[in-house]
Amino acid sequence: MPRRRRLRKIVAPPNFTGYKPYGVNHEKQESVELLYEEYEAIKLTDYDLLNHKEAADLMGISRPTFARIYESARRKIAAALVETKEIKAVYGNALLDKNWILCNNCHARFTIPKKMHHNACPLCTSDNLELLNYQKT
Amino acid sequence: MKIAITSSNNNVSARFDKRFGRAEWICLYNDETRQIEFMKNRHTNLNNGAGTKTAEKMISLQVDRIISGDFGPKAKNLLDKFEIQVVVVRENNLTVEDIIQRIK
Repeated sequence: MPRRRRLRKIVAPPNFTGYKPYGVNHEKQESVELLYEEYEAIKLTDYDLLNHKEAADLMGISRPTFARIYESARRKIAAALVETKEIKAVYGNALLDKNWILCNNCHARFTIPKKMHHNACPLCTSDNLELLNYQKT
Repeated sequence: MKIAITSSNNNVSARFDKRFGRAEWICLYNDETRQIEFMKNRHTNLNNGAGTKTAEKMISLQVDRIISGDFGPKAKNLLDKFEIQVVVVRENNLTVEDIIQRIK
């Protein structure tokens, strides 16, 4: 029996459900499925410019696993561009890490439970905060 | 307010432990009385459920805020349910004292 797949932690899910090429005449549109963790891998390395080790730690997986996910993400996007396929975002083996708030001053990540009313960083009391994926529960 | 900080030993110059369930010691700091207490974590060597067990312990101690390096999904869900604030600090080479200084 293979080892179980660890869930990949994802800070924020993609804000789209897909991308479509335009200017192509296709009777039927084929698509590639970009998993949430692949989107997250692309985002962490190429947008947030983290190295693979840091990104892997954030997602709670090993560096080699992260490299594999990242590679598969790049290949899927390349295939979609070259073969003019649609990109669809699908859930994959993801675990959405909810309700995190990031302090832009000291880079601590924290939650604010309902019974607390002040919105300031618990470490540096800065109010330069960023909601990562806040959801009302 | 009661604040828990995961620590690798039982004094304030010890290194801040970035694991939650498997941290060797837990430092309890009360920011009103400035009292610092250390508690041995008995759940470090469990094969599974260390995070949940430690979270239950924190709930029974009525801690208001926990500072650690990472929280597993089960521990985080449990702490969210009991409205305990979790704070993730990802910096390396911090001591418990550094963190107490920051929250003072």
